[in-house]
Amino acid sequence: MLRPRIIPCLLIKDNGLVKTVQFKDHKYVGDPINAVKIFNEKEVDEIIIVDIDATVYNREPDYKLIEALAAECRMPLCYGGGVKTVEQAQKIFSLGVEKVSISSEAVLNPNLLTEIGNRVGSQSIVVVLDVKKSKSGNYEIWTHKATKNTGKDPVEFAKEVERLGAGEVVINSIDADGMMKGYDMELIDKIRNAINLPLTVLGGAGTLKDIGSLISKYKVVGAAAGSLFVFKGVFKAVLINYPKPSEKAALLSENL
Amino acid sequence: MISIVDYGLGNLKAFANIYKRLNINAEFVKTSEQLNSAQKIILPGVGAFDHAMEELNKSGMREKLDELVLVKKVPVIGICVGMQMLGKRSDEGKLDGLGWVDADIIKFDTNLIKQKPRLPHMGWNDVHPIGNNPLFQDLETNSIFYFLHSYYFSCKNPEDAIAKSEYGLEFTCAVNHENIYGVQFHPEKSHQYGIQLLKNFANL
Repeated sequence: MLRPRIIPCLLIKDNGLVKTVQFKDHKYVGDPINAVKIFNEKEVDEIIIVDIDATVYNREPDYKLIEALAAECRMPLCYGGGVKTVEQAQKIFSLGVEKVSISSEAVLNPNLLTEIGNRVGSQSIVVVLDVKKSKSGNYEIWTHKATKNTGKDPVEFAKEVERLGAGEVVINSIDADGMMKGYDMELIDKIRNAINLPLTVLGGAGTLKDIGSLISKYKVVGAAAGSLFVFKGVFKAVLINYPKPSEKAALLSENL
Repeated sequence: MISIVDYGLGNLKAFANIYKRLNINAEFVKTSEQLNSAQKIILPGVGAFDHAMEELNKSGMREKLDELVLVKKVPVIGICVGMQMLGKRSDEGKLDGLGWVDADIIKFDTNLIKQKPRLPHMGWNDVHPIGNNPLFQDLETNSIFYFLHSYYFSCKNPEDAIAKSEYGLEFTCAVNHENIYGVQFHPEKSHQYGIQLLKNFANL
């Protein structure tokens, strides 16, 4: 049986791992290589690692770090952060990364998706949409760590990236980020109905139950989380964790 | 020496990293001369079938590979699209495959798959070995592997199938014909299961 994917999402800032709340209040949670080693032992389904400063400071992806991360990962790795050209994407693939995620640049230059797809195949291109609900209740895509509102409708844009050759969409709720109060199911519903691509959801998971509800509704879906897999307890002590194979099996059998 | 064929496609680094940890010699090969020292061959592959065949055909290694595999019977394993290339033709493209195994590559029937995203078949799925092929030694039960594909390998000779998986229908996810092996999943990204399989290949 094909399983839904349960995916830790790690954020890199100044060579360290951080976790945010609504894209702010960066809390240091450890060393990225060490975290990957622990996630190897826990046999995570996949891992997403995003350099959250690369685009904001307009710098190149840190290839040395990416290569070191890829060398450790015994599971598929998706890297994101600062990717603007086909050449950069190809360099990252050559370092041992399976998927490259594009966020700000997908909005600024959507044809990049087609260009990368033509070279490496669309299965390796992931588009991350950072989405926030406006005061009037509309969802909008923001970029540059949620500092720039593009005004774009995520549903329409998701359809566009599907047409342009993206292989997967990650929908990331800015409002739910770090809140650990559950995924924004209304947002997910809209996107899932609009596109046929593999969909991964990020932002808001606070318990395995939240992941269970997502799986129960969408079955084969990517359930990604940051805080859930790096914090433990009400005081958010840093502790890398992930469901054991037996816990995962129970979670799936209850919800599939 | 395990020779990993570098014709521009696939995550070569991941294979090299695993063999390095296992203390097994493996190297990337880009020319037919470099292939001369091959005792085992890994043929990786991702993306579209025709693109992969085109790149391999123009790599300058095609003839040497045919000779090593078909005449000298050097063990070879195709991974993902690399497995599909072992067959004769694919629904995905117009170019001929290597034709080393009598098989067609067929697109999954999306009518048989109930929920979105119907394709690609992406993620972790059960792999059920058939018989006692040494490639699946110590992987006989409860093995899961990471898949990413929309087309599957359909053997003309059922006895060539050495493992099955299920996605809408039951399909062959690993093949063996004489010295030729192929797996549809990605052992290089499948934790302990993949490491075991790559170790088994090295021990053949």
